[in-house]
Amino acid sequence: MSQVIFFSIVATGLASGCIYALIGVTYNVMYSASRVMSFTAGQYGMVGGVVGALLIQNLSLPVWAGLLLTLVAGILLGIVTEIVGVRPVLKNLEQHLYVLSTLALALMIKQVAAVEWSTEPKPFPRVSGIDTGIWEEKYWLPVVALVVVIAGLELLNRYTLMGRAFLAISEDTFAARALGLPERNLRVTSFALAGAIGSLAGFAGGQMLLAYFDNGTMLTFYGFIPVALGGLGNNRGALVGGLALGIFQQAATFLVGGVFASVAVFLAFTFLLLARPEGLFGNSRKTRLV
Amino acid sequence: MSGMAKLSAPPGFLQRAQFTFSAWPYVLLLIAAISLPFTGANDYWILLATRMAIYTILIMGLNLVVGFAGQLALGYVGLLTIGAYTSSVLVEKLGVGVFPALVIAAVAGGAFGALLSIPALRLRTFYFAMTTMGFATIVSQIVLAWQSITGGGNGIVGPVFPAPFDAANGFYLFCLVLAAICTWTTLNLSNSRHGRSLLAVRDVEVAAAANGVNKNVLFLKTFFFSGFLSGLAGALFATLQSYITPDAFTLDLSVLFFIAILIGGRGSIIGPLLATVLLTLLPEISAPLVTWAPFLYAILLLVIVLLIPGGIAALLDVERRKPLKTGRLIIPQPVYLPSVLDNPAGAESIAMKQVELRFGQIRALDGLDIDIKPGQVHGLIGPNGSGKTTTLNVICGFGTPQQGSLWIGDRQIPFGSPSTRVSLGIARTFQTPKVVGEATVLANVMLGGTTLGTATFMESLFGMPRHRKDEKSLREHALMALRVVGLEELAAVQAERLQHSELRFMEIARALVSRPRFLLLDEPAAGLSPAEIERLGDLVKEIGRHGTGVLIVEHHSDLVFRMSDQVTVLNLGRMLAAGSPAEIKVHPEVVSAYLGV
Repeated sequence: MSQVIFFSIVATGLASGCIYALIGVTYNVMYSASRVMSFTAGQYGMVGGVVGALLIQNLSLPVWAGLLLTLVAGILLGIVTEIVGVRPVLKNLEQHLYVLSTLALALMIKQVAAVEWSTEPKPFPRVSGIDTGIWEEKYWLPVVALVVVIAGLELLNRYTLMGRAFLAISEDTFAARALGLPERNLRVTSFALAGAIGSLAGFAGGQMLLAYFDNGTMLTFYGFIPVALGGLGNNRGALVGGLALGIFQQAATFLVGGVFASVAVFLAFTFLLLARPEGLFGNSRKTRLV
Repeated sequence: MSGMAKLSAPPGFLQRAQFTFSAWPYVLLLIAAISLPFTGANDYWILLATRMAIYTILIMGLNLVVGFAGQLALGYVGLLTIGAYTSSVLVEKLGVGVFPALVIAAVAGGAFGALLSIPALRLRTFYFAMTTMGFATIVSQIVLAWQSITGGGNGIVGPVFPAPFDAANGFYLFCLVLAAICTWTTLNLSNSRHGRSLLAVRDVEVAAAANGVNKNVLFLKTFFFSGFLSGLAGALFATLQSYITPDAFTLDLSVLFFIAILIGGRGSIIGPLLATVLLTLLPEISAPLVTWAPFLYAILLLVIVLLIPGGIAALLDVERRKPLKTGRLIIPQPVYLPSVLDNPAGAESIAMKQVELRFGQIRALDGLDIDIKPGQVHGLIGPNGSGKTTTLNVICGFGTPQQGSLWIGDRQIPFGSPSTRVSLGIARTFQTPKVVGEATVLANVMLGGTTLGTATFMESLFGMPRHRKDEKSLREHALMALRVVGLEELAAVQAERLQHSELRFMEIARALVSRPRFLLLDEPAAGLSPAEIERLGDLVKEIGRHGTGVLIVEHHSDLVFRMSDQVTVLNLGRMLAAGSPAEIKVHPEVVSAYLGV
């Protein structure tokens, strides 16, 4: 295997792995605040690509304005998800109605993109000046985005009151509420944050994934794999899992072809999950029987 | 058996308490569907109606998985694809006859459907939903890539049926007949022990196991059948399309099937049937709706989930909006117990020997011995956390002790495997009643007779004689049990409309239906009025007198002392005292530790 191919596999794998990891973090941020897994996670990524392309390519906005408005779009979708899809069904979490309500929202977001944008993939504009040789933007931008998000979350959780409140809520919602934390506002904030992270993932991965309405479904699935295997709410798991998935997928595509790579990913995911339903790094929680 | 004749139900009793099942919506739909070709409808409408019939076949199968078993299977388009390509490839490439290909396609769908039961048994909701979505994606990618067989992106010709099924009308009627048969089979199944077991697994899994439902086997059969129907639908779909490419099988189609069931209403047959018709027709109303159809479906899904969780079926159900009589009294009639219980003379005891069960560092049971003798009421009292419910759970197979043994007579019973207990003659109730809220009281009670039925899954599907016999005898038996506990008037009412105390008595009726040799009651008096507690005590005593060994966990010590023959007091997982109620009442340690003065 020549060095060029090897480099290409690693670079592409890392870049797509970063996008998966970011979507995984999106899942986690929502889950920590609400115990809800949302089908909308991947759709924020799709919106990041489509809105970014729309604003910068079609409407010729400057890159910074395009990025800012894309994040705003993600934030709004996150808030809508909380208000429409999550808050009404939180009372009976054990009925798992959130699976259906967030699925409905995800389908709506996708359909709006399909009708108003296009059902064809369209190119995503180049957003930085640095884009030559091995420093191709599509490889390094997702990495930067991931580093920014992980570092940002770490700083938020360690050094701000809000971050600690997030942690408190994810540990024990009832106790946090009893302590007087504004649980609902924190949850809305978390979903806004998740929307921003998801759309940033799509924006940063725009070069690689293109601006395509159906990316959401793919990202919802591939973003979930690192979360499911890494354990829900565990960002390190999402990070490691996402990168591993990206590289595994690229290597398998090179060795056995794209379709069988997908099959391999799916089978590996299913078997790992069947063997360890709580994820590789997650702890199994015992529930009271009767 | 002259005594039995006297005790049998008065005339009109059975009819009154029957399921309020009526056939007319199905008949009307079928008549409308059959007459369509004779109204001069054009080919487009026939095509649309054919598609509707094919979707119905798949949705009726999926309904058992989503609506009854409660599994969020999002990827059923994968099974449709498998059915479509199996029949097309068999006919086109291998020269197999159209009808054998149809059957093989259905079996292939069934095989893959059965595979899906494995993640359904093991994974939680969202994970399972994701897995099925992944499955559908993988199937379509494989079809696209396997060019030599499937034609890849270029597609393949769908099988053509011989005359008279080659014409639009002929094929339509063929699909319609199949759809009608499929609807009928799932309707039969929903009114069988298998259907009731599915609902129980969905809503109250622990109670399902305690009533003898083997979830693994049940899911395997259900998923195979629903896959079978999906494969069948796929083969017909290929013929309808006349040429299939992977593009025809999008995830949107899967979502349509799934949403039809939720809009129709979980646990219903007519609801999803009507929803199928509605959703197929909806985009035809105007052209812009075609573009926005998936959006509309999604909005409908959201509205249903947030506002009308019961779906169309709940809207149609006028019976349930009629108010129930207020000021109802539960008057048990233990005089009918002989026709419910039949305990052999010289029955054996249950014995727990030196059982030790630890949760981490905590010893929930610490070397406990306990005997439940036939025909006796055994009270189990003690402070909170002393191991009362744990004792009951161990006997019922929930939780696996690290040490000790469990015996019935001289047979050792393995720990674990709760679903085997009811066949050993052990029935139980729960601390909080575990009932299927949307099923009728009668259906809930009939769940107790799951292991008494003899008709197989297949026999129930086709309403064979054994199934009908099962249903008839089980229904009578369950009504008798309801009459024993004093709830016969409420047999046809949905369980979720009952009061808490009524649910407690209903659970006792459900336990009685299995003709238990041992009855374990977990705090049956909690939440009951003093008068109801009084009647409960009398009923339990009578149950003991008819030969059933009763173990009762209860905080109302007065009640326990009044009805028990034997009382065991637990503290910290050990026996503090045991003896007759009179002895326990004056036992110094019990008085100081638990009863107080």
